[in-house]
This record gives sequence, C-alpha cells and structure tokens, in this order.
Amino acid sequence: MTTIIILCYLGLVLCIGVLSNRFFRGTGEDYFVASRSIGPFLLLMSLFGTNMTAFAILGASGEAYHTGIGVFALMPSGAALIIPTVFFFIGTRVWALGKRHNLLTQVQYFRRRWDSDGLGLLLFVVMLALLIPYLLIGVMGGGITLAQVTKGQIPQWAGGLLVCLVVLAYVSFGGMRGTAWANAFQTLVFMILGGVTFFVIVDKLGGLDSALAQVAAAHPELLIKGDNISPIKLLTYTCIPLSVGMFPHLFTHWLTAKSARTFRWPLMFYPLCIAIVWIPSVLLGIFGSIDFPGLKGAAANSVLVKMIDLHAPGALAGLLAAGVFAAIMSSLDSQVLSISNMFTQDIVRHYRKGDELSEKAQVLWGRLFVIAIFAVTYVLSLVSARSIFTLAVWSFTGFAALFPVVVAALFWKRSTKYGAFASVLTVAALWCYFFFQGWKIPGYTVGMTGVMPVVVILAASVVAMIVGSLLTKPPAKVTVDKFF
Amino acid sequence: MNATVRRLLYLGLFVLYLLHNDLWLWDDPRIVLGLPIGLLYHIGFCVAATGLMVLLVNYAWPSELDAEDEEQSA
Repeated sequence: MTTIIILCYLGLVLCIGVLSNRFFRGTGEDYFVASRSIGPFLLLMSLFGTNMTAFAILGASGEAYHTGIGVFALMPSGAALIIPTVFFFIGTRVWALGKRHNLLTQVQYFRRRWDSDGLGLLLFVVMLALLIPYLLIGVMGGGITLAQVTKGQIPQWAGGLLVCLVVLAYVSFGGMRGTAWANAFQTLVFMILGGVTFFVIVDKLGGLDSALAQVAAAHPELLIKGDNISPIKLLTYTCIPLSVGMFPHLFTHWLTAKSARTFRWPLMFYPLCIAIVWIPSVLLGIFGSIDFPGLKGAAANSVLVKMIDLHAPGALAGLLAAGVFAAIMSSLDSQVLSISNMFTQDIVRHYRKGDELSEKAQVLWGRLFVIAIFAVTYVLSLVSARSIFTLAVWSFTGFAALFPVVVAALFWKRSTKYGAFASVLTVAALWCYFFFQGWKIPGYTVGMTGVMPVVVILAASVVAMIVGSLLTKPPAKVTVDKFF
Repeated sequence: MNATVRRLLYLGLFVLYLLHNDLWLWDDPRIVLGLPIGLLYHIGFCVAATGLMVLLVNYAWPSELDAEDEEQSA
C-alpha cells in the first residue's frame, strides 16, 4: 500500500511536469528562466521549496536527534532573518540586472561584470564542485526514505534511482516552468504533510506534553542548548545562510520573476514558511530518542522515517513518505536545471566556434547535461555514507564564502576581475583545507574552538577581494557603466 | 523621512541579528506554552523576522527598481 501511494505521488508530479510542457515556447529563455514570467506565489514556493531539501526534513531531524533544540537556533532561526535579507538586497538587484542585460545564468553575469572569460570558467567549475554534495543529499534522502518505508523491499539504490529518473523526466519535459509548478505543488505537499506527520506521531506519543516529559526524563540535554552547541558556534553559524546569495539555483529562480514587486511575497513569508517546516522536523527528531535510542552518526538520518513507520504505518506512511519525497525533489530539480543552464550557456554556447547555437539545440544540450549530472550524482550516492546534515553544511560553507563576490559585483565599482579571481581561489583553497581537516570529525570547528570554518574562509575571501582589487588597475569605465 | 525610516529598519536588522544569540536561555529547561523555552524563543524570532520584512517591504522598498522595470516595459 505504502509503495503504491508513493508511486502514485511520483506519477502525479510527472504529470505536472509534462502538463507544463504544453506551455513551452520552444526557446532557451523559456526552458531555463520561464520567459521571466513567474508571479509572487510561484516565486515564493519555488524559492522556498528549492531551499528546503532532505537537509530540512531528514538532516534536521537526524541532527536534532543528536543535539536537541539547538538545531533550530543554528539553522532555521538564523536563516529566517538572513535569507530574506539577502533576497532584499541582492536578489532584487540581480533580477533587475538580469532583465536589463538579458542574463540567463550567474556565470554570465560575473563574466560580463568583470569582462573575464577565465573568471566565468573558474566560477563554473567551483560552483559545480560545491553543488555536488548538495545534489547528493537529495538522492541519498530518496533512497533512505524508500528503503525504510518499504522495510527494505525497495533497496536504497533503487529509491535513489527512482528519484533521479522522476526529476530527470519532469525537468527535461517542463524546463523551468515545469520545475516551478512542480516545486509549488511539492512545497505545499511537504508543508501540509509535515504538519500532519507531526500531529499524528505526537498524538501516538500521548500528546506534546507527554512526549516532552519523556524526553526530559531520558535525555534532558536535548531540551536545552547546553553543551551540545557553543555560543560562538551559534554566532558563526549565521554566516552559513549567506550561501543563498551564491546558490546557482536560487540565482536562476530570481531571474524568473515577473517584476521587482514579485519579490515582496517571498520576502515577507519566507521566515514563516521556514518555521512551519523546521519545527516539526526538529521536534520529531528529538522525540525519536524515545523510540529509537542509541542511533549513531549518519544512522540518525532515518529517524524521522522510522518514526513514521512505527506510529503511522500503512496508507498514512505512504502519504507522509511522499511528503519527504516532495521536499527532496523540489530542490533537486532546480539545482540540476540551473547547472545544466550554466553548462549550456556558459560552456557550450559561449565557447562554441562557428554558428550561434539554435534555441532547439540549447534545450537539447541542457537536457543532455541534466542526464549526465544525474548519472554522476547517482553513482556517488552509492558510495557515500555521510551524514546528510554534514554534507549540506560543507556545501553551504563554500557558497557562503563566495558571498563577497556577488556583493562586490553589485555594490563596489572599484572591484576588479583580479580581486574576484583572488577571492574565488582563496575560497577553493581554504575550503579544501578545512574539508580534509574536518571530514572525519563529527561537529568539526576550527581548532575545535567552536568557530565554524565558514567564518575564516569568508573573512579570507573578503580580504582577497579587497586587496586583489586595490592592487590592480581599476576596471574600464565602459564596463562599469553597464552595470551601475 | 523615508531615509530615516530606512536607516531605522536597517538598524532593526542588526538588532534582530544580535538578539539571535539568546545566551540568557542557554541552559534554561523551562517549558513555556508547551514548548522548551529555548525553542519557543527562536520561533518568536522567526515571527519577528517576518514583521521586520513586512516593514522593509512597505517602507524601505528599492522603488528605483520598480521605476526601471516600468521604463523597460514601456
């Protein structure tokens, strides 16, 4: 029954993607940015759904299982302030520049802003490398969910493959419009079913008061921040949500907006949406310690699915698992589409010799790259056994550390391509250094001081941008005038 | 007037950012309104962030972007 419900849900999402294909105008601009026609509600759902992934559902509950309520302070609470602020100051301006210069990708913007092909190429490679762990958590999350709710009848590799194939199909058919529609639908599904899951499971645990009392008796440390996180970690964690300023998939979604005013809904309602999704995830993760004590490390990723299976078996489990799938796929689609967009526009089209690439060929290249990136991610998901939370945080760290690049591009006329090069290379080098230092240490911070690596990399990135720019010749006035 | 309101709202962003660090509730195990107080505080923080965003959108909106959009559309 559970499997049938999940398969029906996946079929429904496919139908939405295929249906949106009827509105496809056959151009690259329509396939990649929906002809800049997305309204306020769809933009809110797309931006929010894209940003909420297996990280918010499975990763949050898994992390809360180990560290308690502090997880809510670390991620969603800080993000509720930082993310809309980034949309306000960065997103709206990027949208305006995108419309004025007919931009389709993030790399296109930076390449033209600093008049440098090399910088564009470097950013493409770095952002692709940073996005892979983020894609990976979606595929892994799909596999874990399906394996758990079917009690291993469908193995993890098959679940991951199914997620890849469904997203591949509707992204290929529907492009950005299909992705936005499917995102909106799936975002509503996981918000509603997340709430249903919470109330059903809490009811089975004897109510909220009873569940909290059981946790207080067995694991009181989960109901305070205490020693689970340090104040300096909480402070430095607020740098992580800056990553939204450089996520290629959010950048692409910004470009799809119909007008600047379209951003008003996402700005106002984003903080509430994030609270609605994370409160049940964090609390259910904590309550998981009652029914499933002793899970170690990445094993806690599946605590939410275990809870669903224990307290809401049968049809409801299928629906609730569909909600988890919704969260996973609503992120994977945009991420894959945005990097296939960059590949088509910034590599194939930009470096192509001879005739301009036809609109039809642009769409074809985009689709081929979607297939290739899914193949790579899927293979990696078969050999990765990392915590979903940890994988995501490393990806966010890299993107957040690149934040000075977009700030300089938008607000600092004197910034130069050499400053941007220095900033990106500094981020790449330090990210690799910290990644290999901390990869095997759960809860790694710089020198185990509580300071998140993102702070050090971000600070170095700012310094590199400033010093690199001031030591080199100012950019040509004609280039600067185009963007200010 | 508008510039002053805008500056005040930007200051509000900074103050809210500082308030995110609830050191005074770090080890407080109280349950308030049915939730651990450390969690309830941050849920309230999300609501406050919503309120501030509503104010920013209404009183500090970059109207030059709307004007540019209208120009391009025309």
